[in-house]
Amino acid sequence: MRVARRALRRLVGLRTRLVVAFVLIALASAVTATALAYRESRTAVLERKQDAVRTAFKNRVEQAAADFDVPADEVSLTRFATGVADGLGDDAVVVARYRSLTVSSDASADRSRITPALREAVRDHNRMSFQRVERDGRPYLVVGTPVTFDGASPSGLDAFAVTSLRAESEATAGVLEAVRDGIVPVVLLAAVLALLSAGTVLRPVRELGRATRRHAAGDLSSRVRVRGRDELADLARDFNETADALEASVAELREQDARAKRFVADVSHELRTPLAAMTMVATVLDEDADALPPDTAQAARTVSEETARLSRLVDDLMEMSRFDSGAAHLNLTPTDLAEAVSATLSLRGWTDRVRTELPHGVRALVDRRRVDVIVANLVGNALRHGAPPVTLTLATDPAGDWLTVEVADRGPGLPPETLAHVFDRFYKADSARTRSEGSGLGTAIALENARLHGGTIEAANGPEGGAVFTLRLPWRRPREEHA
Amino acid sequence: MAHVLLIEDDVSVRDGMELVLRRHGYDVATAATGEDALALLADPAGAAVELAVLDLMLPGVDGFEVCRRLRAGGSTLPVIMLTARGDDTDIVRGLEAGADDYVVKPVTAPVLEARIRAALRRAEPSQSARGEDHAGLVIDRAGLTVAKRGVPIALPPTELRLLLELSASPAHVFSREQLLQSVWEHGFLGDSRLVDAAVGRLRAKIEDIPARPRYIQTVRGFGYRFGPV
Repeated sequence: MRVARRALRRLVGLRTRLVVAFVLIALASAVTATALAYRESRTAVLERKQDAVRTAFKNRVEQAAADFDVPADEVSLTRFATGVADGLGDDAVVVARYRSLTVSSDASADRSRITPALREAVRDHNRMSFQRVERDGRPYLVVGTPVTFDGASPSGLDAFAVTSLRAESEATAGVLEAVRDGIVPVVLLAAVLALLSAGTVLRPVRELGRATRRHAAGDLSSRVRVRGRDELADLARDFNETADALEASVAELREQDARAKRFVADVSHELRTPLAAMTMVATVLDEDADALPPDTAQAARTVSEETARLSRLVDDLMEMSRFDSGAAHLNLTPTDLAEAVSATLSLRGWTDRVRTELPHGVRALVDRRRVDVIVANLVGNALRHGAPPVTLTLATDPAGDWLTVEVADRGPGLPPETLAHVFDRFYKADSARTRSEGSGLGTAIALENARLHGGTIEAANGPEGGAVFTLRLPWRRPREEHA
Repeated sequence: MAHVLLIEDDVSVRDGMELVLRRHGYDVATAATGEDALALLADPAGAAVELAVLDLMLPGVDGFEVCRRLRAGGSTLPVIMLTARGDDTDIVRGLEAGADDYVVKPVTAPVLEARIRAALRRAEPSQSARGEDHAGLVIDRAGLTVAKRGVPIALPPTELRLLLELSASPAHVFSREQLLQSVWEHGFLGDSRLVDAAVGRLRAKIEDIPARPRYIQTVRGFGYRFGPV
C-alpha cells in the first residue's frame, strides 16, 4: 500500500513533471524553429529558382520569338518550343500554344501539369505567370508567358515551361531531415538537463524529507546540509535551526525528567539506610512492648508498624523508579502457574478466602516474583475493597497465545471515575479512606509488572456486579526436554 | 551459639543488627569495611566466625570483592549478602562472586534470622552417613567432604548441600523451587537465580568441562538432575 502510494507519488512527482515540461518545451522550440527555418529556406530556394527560371525562360522566349513568324504551323511551333527548351536545362519541357495548336518539346511529357488556371492567368493578365504543381509526389514549377509584339498586344502565342523542383525540394527537405535527426538528441539533452535541475531541487527536498522522517522516528540529531544561497538553502537552514531548538528543548525536558526520576530514586535509596536500621530494631520494640507502660507500649508498637509501612512505601517507590528509568528487567523462569498462584495465596494466608479455579499443567516462562506481586495486589484489593466471594480463575485462550488470571469479587463494583483512574499512582478510590493499607502504588506497580511481561491488566465491572480485574500475559512456553 | 560477622559500613544498621542478633543469642563480630573484614577473617581470631552477613555497598573494597577474595582463598564460610537495592545485576554479581544467599534492605529481624539459621544448618553434618563414589566423584555425607579422583574439593555449605540433595536421588529431576525449599529453606517464591548461581559455582569445581557437565545436568524447562553418570 505504502509502496504503491510512493510509486504513484514518484510518477506525478516533481522530477517527472520537470522532465515532461523540459521535453515539451524543447520539442515545441525545436518544432517551431524548424518550421520557421524550413519555411524561410524553402521560400528562399524556390524564389531563387523561380527567378532564375523566369529570367532564363523570358530570354529564351524572346530569342525564339524573334525567329517565329505568325501565323504559325505545327512545325514552326515545334521549332519554337524546342528552341526555348534548349536553353532551359535537361529536365525542362516547353509547351507552346498558338490558337488551337499545342506542341511540346517532349512529346511524351505530361501536359496536364499546365493547369487551366495558369493558362487562363497567362491569357487574361497577358503577362508571365507561374504556378507550382505536384505530380506523383514530385514538385514542378510551371511558368507561362504570352508572347507579345512590340505594341504589347498579344500575338496569340503562349509558351509554357515545366521544370522540376526536385533538387530544390530535396535541398529544403534536407533541413527537415537534419532537424528530425537532431530532435532526438535535443529531447534527450532536455531530459538530462531536466533531471539535473530536478536533482538540484529534489536532492535538498529529499534530504529534508529524510531528516524530517528521522526526527519523527525520534532521532532529533539529524541535520541537512546547506548548499548554495537559494531559497532551498534558506529552507534547509531554517530546518536546521528549528531542529536545534527542538533538540535543545527536548534534551532539556529529558534532562529534567531524568533528574526528577533520579531524585526519586536517590531519595528512596537514601531512605533505605535509616529504614534498614529502624526495621531491624523494630523487632526489639515489638518484643518488649508488653513489658512497657501502656502509653510507651502503644508508642513502641506504632513506631514499629509505621516503620513497616514506610519501608513498604519506599520499596514501592524504588520499584516504580526502576520502571521509570527502564532499569526493571524480567527474570524469566519456567513456572507452573497454578503452583505459583497457590503459593502467592498461601504465603499471605488467603487460601481459605479465595475460590480458585487453577487448571494444572499450565507452564510458562514468567518472572515469578513479579507475577506474585501482581496476583497479590489484585487479590488483596478484592479482599479489602470488594465483597466475598472472591474468585480467581486461571485460563488460557484457545489460540494458546495468552494466559489470563481473572480476579473477581461480588462487591458494588467500581464507579466509572474510579475505573478510569484505578491504575494511577497514589489514586485513592475512596476519598474518605485517605490512609490506605498499601503505598498507593500497588495497582500501578502491578500494571507495570504486567507490561514488562508484554501483557496488560484490565479493570471492569462484571455482568452480575463486582469488580473484575484481568491479568493478561503472553504465554511463553518453556523449551522442555524430557528426562 | 553461632558466631556471626556483620560487615556493614552504616553504623546504625550495623548496631541495629548487632543488637538484635545478640539479644537472640548470637556471638557477633562487626567490621565497617571490606578490608577490616578480610583482615579479621585472616586472623586466627576470625577462625571462630561461622557466617558472614555482607553489605555489598562498602567504601573501598566492596562486598563483591570481599566475597571473591574469600572464595579465591578457599574459604567455605557461608555468606549472606545485604543488597541495598533489589537490583538484579547486584544480585547476580553477588551470587557469581560466591555468596550463598541474599536479603534486600531494609530487612526485618525475623527474615534475617531465618536466613542465617538456614545457612548455618547447611553446614551441619547430615544424618545419613555413607560415602558414595559417583564415577570418580566421592561424596562423604558424614564427613561432609567431596573429593574428585582423590583430590579434596572445598565446597561452601550451600554448594555442598545442593550436591548432597541432587546426588541423593541420582537421575531424579529437581525443580528449582524444590531445591530452594530443601537447600535454602526459602519457602515459596525464592529467587531461582540462587539455584542457578550455586549450580554454576558447583560445576566450576566438580566438572571436568563446566560447559558440558556430566554430574549436574540441566533439564531445560524443569530444573536439574544428578547424572546418571
